[in-house]
Amino acid sequence: MLLETKISRRGFLQSAGALTFAFTFAGKVTNAIAQDAPAKFNAWVSIATDGTVTVMMPAAEMGQGALTALPVILAEELDADWAKVTTQYAPPIPKIYGNYHPLFQGAMLTAASVSTPGYWTSMRMGGAQARRVLLESVAQQWSVPVSELSTEPSMVVHQASGRKISYGEVVKFVKVPETPPQIAEGDLKKPSQFRLIGRQDIQRTDVPSKTDGSAKYGIDVRLPGMLYAAVLEAPFDGAKAAKVDSDAALKVPGVKKVLPLPFGVAVLGDSVNATRKGRLALKVQWDAAGNPNGAFDSEKALAEYASHARNPNAQAMTWFEKGNAPQALAGAAKTLQAEYSSVHCYHAQMEPMNCVARVAADGQSAEIWTGTQSTALAAFVASSVLKTTPDRIKVNQHLLGGGYGRRIWPDAVAQAVVLANITKEPVKLMLLREDDLTAARPRPMTYHVMKAGLDGAGNLVAWHHRLAAENVDAVAAPPRFKATGGKDIIGWRGLEEPFYGVPNILADAVREQRGVRVHAWRGIGAGYNKFAAESFLDEIAHATGKDPLALRLELTKDHPRAQAVIKAVAEMADWSKPRPKGRALGIAFSDYHDSFSAGIAEVSVDRKSGKIHVHNYWIAGDAGIIVQPTNAHAQLESAVVYGLSSALSEELTFKNGAVQQTNFHQYQVLRMADVPEIHTRVIVTDNAPTGLGELGVPTVAPAIGNAVFKLTGKRLRQLPMSPARVSATLKA
Amino acid sequence: MINFVVNGREVHSEQPADTPLLWVIREELGLTGTKFGCGIAQCGACTVHVNGNPVRSCSTTVSSVQGKRITTIEGLAANGGQHPLQKAWVEAQVPQCGYCQSGQIMQAAALLAKNKNPSREQIVRHMNGNICRCGTYNRIIGAIQRAAKEV
Repeated sequence: MLLETKISRRGFLQSAGALTFAFTFAGKVTNAIAQDAPAKFNAWVSIATDGTVTVMMPAAEMGQGALTALPVILAEELDADWAKVTTQYAPPIPKIYGNYHPLFQGAMLTAASVSTPGYWTSMRMGGAQARRVLLESVAQQWSVPVSELSTEPSMVVHQASGRKISYGEVVKFVKVPETPPQIAEGDLKKPSQFRLIGRQDIQRTDVPSKTDGSAKYGIDVRLPGMLYAAVLEAPFDGAKAAKVDSDAALKVPGVKKVLPLPFGVAVLGDSVNATRKGRLALKVQWDAAGNPNGAFDSEKALAEYASHARNPNAQAMTWFEKGNAPQALAGAAKTLQAEYSSVHCYHAQMEPMNCVARVAADGQSAEIWTGTQSTALAAFVASSVLKTTPDRIKVNQHLLGGGYGRRIWPDAVAQAVVLANITKEPVKLMLLREDDLTAARPRPMTYHVMKAGLDGAGNLVAWHHRLAAENVDAVAAPPRFKATGGKDIIGWRGLEEPFYGVPNILADAVREQRGVRVHAWRGIGAGYNKFAAESFLDEIAHATGKDPLALRLELTKDHPRAQAVIKAVAEMADWSKPRPKGRALGIAFSDYHDSFSAGIAEVSVDRKSGKIHVHNYWIAGDAGIIVQPTNAHAQLESAVVYGLSSALSEELTFKNGAVQQTNFHQYQVLRMADVPEIHTRVIVTDNAPTGLGELGVPTVAPAIGNAVFKLTGKRLRQLPMSPARVSATLKA
Repeated sequence: MINFVVNGREVHSEQPADTPLLWVIREELGLTGTKFGCGIAQCGACTVHVNGNPVRSCSTTVSSVQGKRITTIEGLAANGGQHPLQKAWVEAQVPQCGYCQSGQIMQAAALLAKNKNPSREQIVRHMNGNICRCGTYNRIIGAIQRAAKEV
């Protein structure tokens, strides 16, 4: 499966060295525009004669706010009137609409918190280029030098004569040149000139529709004459339906077909109620013979991961290295060692996986309707099913009822296309929650062995973080996994420690291969790697008699942005102020995809039940320039809640290769009663925007664990810190 | 045939008696604002009002609403306007992915209909059955308090 689509950068980007950055767009734009037709300035923006600005939307809207933030960025450079800006989903053509963030290198994918960072330049250039064309057209029309023209929101202005003309009027005579004008980075606005970026009062455009039921998600699509499909999903990859008892299912009125397929057993029918009942009536025996995936038992496996992580002779791959940590550990005056673990976590996106597909009679083209984090990957997969090419797949993108990484994976698309290809009728595939759990693509289970070396004065001089886990890239991005020689860019994120001034650091990982369909999950590797690292750093602070805040400030003294978020959160929480009896604070720091965050948790513990109560959570984040301030706070809050949920309760377990939890009564996600007061501070800097949607996740678990230690003197070493585990630790 | 009223309109369904109301509302009546989340009344995404009371439509059979009044998110506001909760939801910029929000608003509307000035604790107790995976809980509480002032 391709996570990254290899594409040519020729004709898309022309980089003129490091100092200036010139930009052209793929696809020549013809200047033959019918009168009154909208003018298409480049791949990103067109303007109609009524002034409506249509921005092409290359990213998915899954709650992170890209549907508003990206057009704001373009409108800023275009100097458009925000009230006139609208969006249209871009077709799945990565060579035009790919994300050029270094993580993606042109893949058209909404993930890793890099929609704003990765499309920042494309959107700015797209807007600036269109503005330039408008100015040049007016200059020609009015016979004035272009240098005498300026813009106000959606107006071209000639200050000297007092003349003004709206963008819509300009469109009536504009000539879009065949070769679009080159824009240098220096031509773009400075942050001090922003009119739209950073404005508090620009609300998310999708919000009103999400309060009155009119927002359309993939699951809301209905086509005339379509069949419905439910799928009893195979419990693990390669599981064969050895025995399918479909008698009861076929007796359900409305059920038309039961189809055993490689991915599961599908029930087709003429209503959701029929397929739901049919699916619940199915009895299937799965054959695991000769398939090791069918033997996976998560509890047993964790013990094996532990022994592998502890084994000094285990084969490990280096992820991050500075100095010589093994040597420094060997020569240290004092060493510390500790172990941590985390379990598999399910995305629990509220909209179960679904897709509507219609395949042409010749089976050579298809149209699909779904909400996906990658329309390009959806088109690629659909075309693979039909043995055709992606350009023959029309993808109708919808809002996503939660993504968090799950909707990168196009399994629902592939399954819907398979079924529509068999039936040659439109098919709406919709998983029951039980099947969505069976088909979970969880964040990996992990085991961590941490080692630290101190010199005679108690200074931290050596750090070794060893991880044992399955590799996400191996499953979700095999081409990249191969290209990096087996590095897990998703699962190892956060093992690195680039901002702590420790002279000798080694982060490496032992690869487990168990056949679990591990995947990107909000916060990716940082979610568990920072739990281990930041908890261990707390242990080091206590072992050396240092304040955990002071130690972090000392270690980040050469990195002002890192230190600033730590200082900010300490101030927000009033770190040194005594807390009410029975409560304590814990702190953690994490970078994430070039952004910085620090969090402090205030907790109490019910010693009888072992339940942790988080009363307050303070978080400070720096993600550079902030496009949408209100949403920046909302994203931090959201990620903190996601972090709390996995820190305190979420746990997906496997037996015989199969997920054991069937629905929300067993897979417990955080509810309102357990949400603390969340205090956010967004530090705005003039740095180009970096990731924000996941930034709140990594600090939460370690901050809670550190607070519990401060309160009880007991160290929590396993995620989730569920009442049973806390209780056991307190009694130990 | 089962007859009932949805958002003030008389409707009838010929689906089998045990069909969950949710699927009649979504697939037969085309009111897709009410969402499917779990199917076992554990998440609240499918919340509608039956005679003014909040119920999980995924676990309510269509036959049980014979002769009753159903309100869905599409019919919450009078005369196509905005219910104070919907207004507050926009002002507080509550939704993220938005998928659970119809259910959240319907659940909250039932509270405000009975309790004009709920305390934070009352709000939390009343809303705890509704999952929001994007974690907008605190904004939901804030929006309910804001709307309560208006109601």
